[in-house]
Amino acid sequence: MKVNLQDLILDSKILKAGQKVLLSGAIYTARDAAHDRIIKMLNCGKKIPFDLKNIAIYHCGPSPVKPGMIIGACGPTTSSRMDGFTPRFLEEGVKFLIGKGARSKVVVDSIEKNNAVYLVATGGVAALLSKTVKKFDLIAFEDLGPEAVYKLEVEDMPLIVAIDSFGDTVFKI
Amino acid sequence: MRKIKSKTIIESVENLCAKANFELPVDVLKSLEKSIVFERGSIAKDILEEIVENAFVAKERQIPLCQDTGTANFFVRFGDNVIIEDGNIYCAINKGVSLGYTKNYLRKSIVFDPLNRKNTKDNTPANIYIEIVSGDKIGITFLAKGGGSENASSLKMLTPSASWNGIKEFVLDTVNEKGRNACPPLIVGVGIGGDFSSVGLMSKKALIRKIGSENKNIFYDEKERELLDEINKLNVGPMGMCGTTTALAVFIETNPVHIASLPVSVNIQCHSFRRKSIMI
Repeated sequence: MKVNLQDLILDSKILKAGQKVLLSGAIYTARDAAHDRIIKMLNCGKKIPFDLKNIAIYHCGPSPVKPGMIIGACGPTTSSRMDGFTPRFLEEGVKFLIGKGARSKVVVDSIEKNNAVYLVATGGVAALLSKTVKKFDLIAFEDLGPEAVYKLEVEDMPLIVAIDSFGDTVFKI
Repeated sequence: MRKIKSKTIIESVENLCAKANFELPVDVLKSLEKSIVFERGSIAKDILEEIVENAFVAKERQIPLCQDTGTANFFVRFGDNVIIEDGNIYCAINKGVSLGYTKNYLRKSIVFDPLNRKNTKDNTPANIYIEIVSGDKIGITFLAKGGGSENASSLKMLTPSASWNGIKEFVLDTVNEKGRNACPPLIVGVGIGGDFSSVGLMSKKALIRKIGSENKNIFYDEKERELLDEINKLNVGPMGMCGTTTALAVFIETNPVHIASLPVSVNIQCHSFRRKSIMI
């Protein structure tokens, strides 16, 4: 099923655990270091350099861009490392999470509570996924290198709905 | 005594880093293709097909198979009749890694300090394990090891009464609990014996074998088959989304051990099994 992020923001309930989708729209990368920094900034009352409301966060640290390419290899990293940060992100308005692997019960509950969705990409198919990226821009925290926040415009990115907004999941908890 | 120049090693390592990260070894690709035929789950089959397709895209475009281009691990068999006339093996390999990762747009994933996490910016230092052997050649095997699968690895100090059943239980528990997040189908390296410090390395060194190769010890060859069979019954499946393809291979390394001990280590390798060897 082809889905567009703009439409999903209006109705995320059409996504059901186990469904395969081809996602199009803008997604923001953030992994361990960016999560840590964002939470610290929020705790200090500092302004985050991009709006968290209704966005999709992709747990990914791409490899450097080879000349002539739009982006480097860009597959998902293990999302469970972000479990401690994710509920706060969802409370701040993040609507979609993209990564790989199972999540904690606390995260599943928070996804249900905040009407969010967690989708997974196949890990280790980063060359293939790079073909779905049409635009790649640095957004924040350049000093973090591969862990900086980048905006990716993706077209037909192959994903599986892993935890839907009803709290249903494809993983054993 | 055969003399070689640092430059020869540096250039070889540089090339190893690039090729290993762009091209999946033939044995791994064949094993993945075979698994598609036997896998029954439809999501599982699709994932395996994506993995195979990814290998072709990466090779064709000469870009990394996975964005996590890993910690650079080197297993070196250094002949006792060869000398590097203008340097040493550690410096040469690290220089090769620095150039290989920088010039080929591979991700730099190493930080100087585990708590003050500042990136070294060239993926050094590499993990270099040297064994002195007879001869006038240097054999180098490179393994690019991603962080996610390394995190799923585990070590336990069992005692002799635990015997094979205790070892098996530990391996299966490790794969079942942690393996699903480590990008299955996995290659599982198992170290048995030695001591606390050596068993971890044994399980990692076990990974440098080719898929389909037999263990030289018939007893452990059978144990590898038994473990592979049991692992594939866990229903972890490709990417932990259920299926019969949880692991492609299990490799066991053993060492002599103290009468009171039975250390076991499990080193988990993801499906992106980036391994390449050269002989200089």
